[in-house]
Amino acid sequence: MTAAAPAARYVEHVMGMPISLALRGRHAGDDIGQAAWAQVMDSLRQADRVFSTYRADSVVSRLRRGEVGLEDCPPEVAEVLGLAAAAEQQSHGAFSVWLPGPDGQVRLDPSGVVKGWAAERAAQPLRDLTGTDFCLSAGGDVTCATTDPGARPWRIGIEDPADPSRVLAVVPVHTGAVATSGTAHRGAHLLDARTGLPPAGVASVTVVAGSLTWADIDATAAYAHGPEAARWLDTRPGQSGLVVWTDGSTTTVAGAAG
Amino acid sequence: MIRVKKIVLWFMSTVTVVVLLFGYHTSTSSTAVASAQSSAVAPVTSGAGTSSGSSSGSSTSGTSTSTTFTGDSASTRWGPVQVEITVAGGTVTDVSVVDYPDGNGKDRQINARALPVLVQETLDAQSADIDMVSGATVTSDGYVESLQSALDQAGL
Repeated sequence: MTAAAPAARYVEHVMGMPISLALRGRHAGDDIGQAAWAQVMDSLRQADRVFSTYRADSVVSRLRRGEVGLEDCPPEVAEVLGLAAAAEQQSHGAFSVWLPGPDGQVRLDPSGVVKGWAAERAAQPLRDLTGTDFCLSAGGDVTCATTDPGARPWRIGIEDPADPSRVLAVVPVHTGAVATSGTAHRGAHLLDARTGLPPAGVASVTVVAGSLTWADIDATAAYAHGPEAARWLDTRPGQSGLVVWTDGSTTTVAGAAG
Repeated sequence: MIRVKKIVLWFMSTVTVVVLLFGYHTSTSSTAVASAQSSAVAPVTSGAGTSSGSSSGSSTSGTSTSTTFTGDSASTRWGPVQVEITVAGGTVTDVSVVDYPDGNGKDRQINARALPVLVQETLDAQSADIDMVSGATVTSDGYVESLQSALDQAGL
């Protein structure tokens, strides 16, 4: 029962990133599991159509160009912007969806909220699978659940930002989420919104939380704090994590009691 | 191992409702304890995670061990809600939510106290025995060479 049952694995791409799924248990590999996976991908594609900053025809792109107002957008746009506002406030401005572009002009970029939020939302059909454990990764941000609390937890490896082919730490999770922010794969795209500059001293931040929405937001917000990343993360209730510094040292964060 | 955080107050009413649902499940028993046992999925070992360190350090003094029961998922008008109770010395010492509808994800802090454990020396995926990789966002272009790709292909 606690032995590792073979998992069914699924991979597809959306939003320019790989989506990986592992299922264990009753519906691993059967038609019902496959249908749930198809629903996950449909949900992510729908989020991409609304929120992509790379697609000129997305709702957010049209919003940025002033072609539509917020009242014309689907309700999830307001939901994401609401999350973004809460995140900006709670990170004391280090996290923001209003970021300077290459031309220095500040514009709306909700990507820092959308990925975790969209993956958390897309995972709902997997939660509805009876007798089935799932572990879903959206480009390195993970949400998972086990139906039996006595089951083997999902073991989530945290990649080494200095060598992404290797694992630096492991966190066992039954039901929850793990998100990591860093620049290992996409260069210095993460900015401290207070300065508009890439934060210093921090190589990656991993957050373990109940929901991927907030794990992802907090990983990005902590990263934006640069040298204060671990200290800020430690104030976040109910979350834990790992900060890897550019010198290779690490800080494990137990999080605030809450 | 599963350390479930206390929920916020406004959600308490929902919890109470669900616990009561469990309570009425077996009409003879009046306590949530018995009903939860009858409908429990599985009792979990009373590991470190179930410590009754809540602010009201109630009657469970000293020797008694605590056990955690997870109820069946119940449908509410907000979506599925699943409640976990901790029992020590015959009384419920903690009630937590292990599943609740989306939309208040901030409060769903399940297993959130699990700590990353550093491996002795950096390992590859196979020696670390992992299921998934969390890292800086992997692009589709870089996926083929990624650790996650190796895991997906191994199909462990």
